Amino acid sequence: MALKIVKSQCTVCGACEFECPNAAIKFKGEGYIIDAEKCTECEGQFDTPQCAAVCPVPNTCVPA
Amino acid sequence: MSATLIPISGLQVASRKDMGAALAKGGGCSAGSCGSSQGPADMDPETWAKVKDHPCYSEEAHHYFARMHVAVAPACNIQCNYCNRKYDCANESRPGVVSERLTPEQAARKVLAVAASVPQLSVLGIAGPGDAAYDWRRTRATFELVAKDLPDIKLCLSSNGLALPDHVDEIVAMNIDHVTITINAIDPEIGQHIYPWIFHDGKRRSGIEAATILRDRQLRSLEMLHERGVLVKVNSVLIPGLNDEHLIEVNKAVKARGAFLHNIMPLISDPAHGTHFGLTGQRGPTGAELKKVQDACAGGANLMRHCRQCRADAVGLLGEDRGQDFTLDKLPEEIGDATEARSAYRDWVAEERRDRAAATAEAEAAVAETAKPALFAVCTRGSGRINLHFGKATEFQIYEADARGIRFVGHRRADNYCLGGHGDTARMDEILRVLGDVPYLLCSKIGDGPRKRLAEAGIEAIDGLAQDYIETAIAAVLHSKQTARPGLSAERA
Ligand code: SF4
Ligand code: SF4
Ligand code: SF4
Repeated sequence: MALKIVKSQCTVCGACEFECPNAAIKFKGEGYIIDAEKCTECEGQFDTPQCAAVCPVPNTCVPA
Repeated sequence: MSATLIPISGLQVASRKDMGAALAKGGGCSAGSCGSSQGPADMDPETWAKVKDHPCYSEEAHHYFARMHVAVAPACNIQCNYCNRKYDCANESRPGVVSERLTPEQAARKVLAVAASVPQLSVLGIAGPGDAAYDWRRTRATFELVAKDLPDIKLCLSSNGLALPDHVDEIVAMNIDHVTITINAIDPEIGQHIYPWIFHDGKRRSGIEAATILRDRQLRSLEMLHERGVLVKVNSVLIPGLNDEHLIEVNKAVKARGAFLHNIMPLISDPAHGTHFGLTGQRGPTGAELKKVQDACAGGANLMRHCRQCRADAVGLLGEDRGQDFTLDKLPEEIGDATEARSAYRDWVAEERRDRAAATAEAEAAVAETAKPALFAVCTRGSGRINLHFGKATEFQIYEADARGIRFVGHRRADNYCLGGHGDTARMDEILRVLGDVPYLLCSKIGDGPRKRLAEAGIEAIDGLAQDYIETAIAAVLHSKQTARPGLSAERA
């Protein structure tokens, strides 16, 4: 139960990082990655995964 | 490419004349000069005090002062059809594009370094590449660091407005006295075609709902900030066929809510940028279309006509970008401050301004007789003077002179004609195109070849008035035309 970021599409804008309620998204090396351990898919916190909702590029934050 | 700013050594010169000479030589605003409806004369003293050293808020100030942006806020809470944050090309300059993303600490270091070598620096802005109010933690941290070290630098913030109402108290507390809000539509029917979605209250929203929320929050931020004494500039992107007529309504609405300045900017739309508008063939406006909308808004909120649509990491005087000179890897280990140089520079500007104002008044009195408006293209690198070689100009300041005076009406870009000593024909064609309706060109120098090409196109190039104030030179040209053609005065008599 986690999301991942499709690296080739990510614009590295950082929008997802600071929306994530679980601080699961971190800037590493060249781009953002989601820590699968921490990601809850926002279940119980929001209707939709916050990273996917805020990401400006469609289909970039997707189920892992 | 870009002109070099005056080096610190230039500030140790003894006299004002020397300083002027140092400026003309060392560079300065390659964009240069904007005559101003926005001078001390048309403003209350309190407002003038706030804008007088701000190159974006005062057309007059932009002759003398430089701004820098730092790209610390990449996250955005809306998507605009004219923006694509995915591509960043170091070779182009456009809003929303940056080459370097900084942490607040890196940004503060960079600001210090620029302040130490660019005495013209008066403003630090945070304008993205995302939204400065949405990515507030980073924006605030940067401002706090800079305010601590450089209390004389003004802080400035650009936002799409969606998150702004949440931060008004902090903005006031931090002495940020200039905010820019981008408002492209107040009618959600139109707004929905500009914004595919917004992210608000934990949800992505689209269509009329999104456009309505965005509009309401934008107007509310404007009202709230205005009430608290913060100067607000509104930016609007002119999208032909979509909001051109509508911008007149926008202008009225923002004026009614206290906007200090309205900046109507042309859509930049190129398929290569990968934006929605670029890909769907939505074109940008022509210079004439832009001027038409700006003119139609006359009487509403004051219009800004000297906007350069700067990159979110631009450094320098408006119209030039020295961002590449101050990338992180080029910052020195030890960065000193140069508070004294900045204040010496400001003193110099105060005198220069008095002088130019007097020259302008004289020049305007001299052209008062001119019946027909005449356009002038001016090559300048700042200080309100004609001090740029035609071959080095990447844009032309357009002035209009008639019985009502001499005023700046806009700038037109054209890549510089002179490429490493060779004239480029395609570039010359472009210059002739953008200056199609302008009969006179003023520059500090011009070669015979380009002079001839201009003349063939009906543009008279004049380089005999180098170093004069722009207004004085324009008056001199008009005067010589009138005396050269006595028929003119006879007509009028
Ligand atoms: S789905 Fe939610 S919890 Fe998982 S990374 Fe995205 S924002 Fe964080
Ligand atoms: S919001 Fe999307 S584009 Fe931006 S950093 Fe996250 S995954 Fe990348
Ligand atoms: S507000 Fe600015 S950064 Fe955000 S999508 Fe629009 S143009 Fe791009």
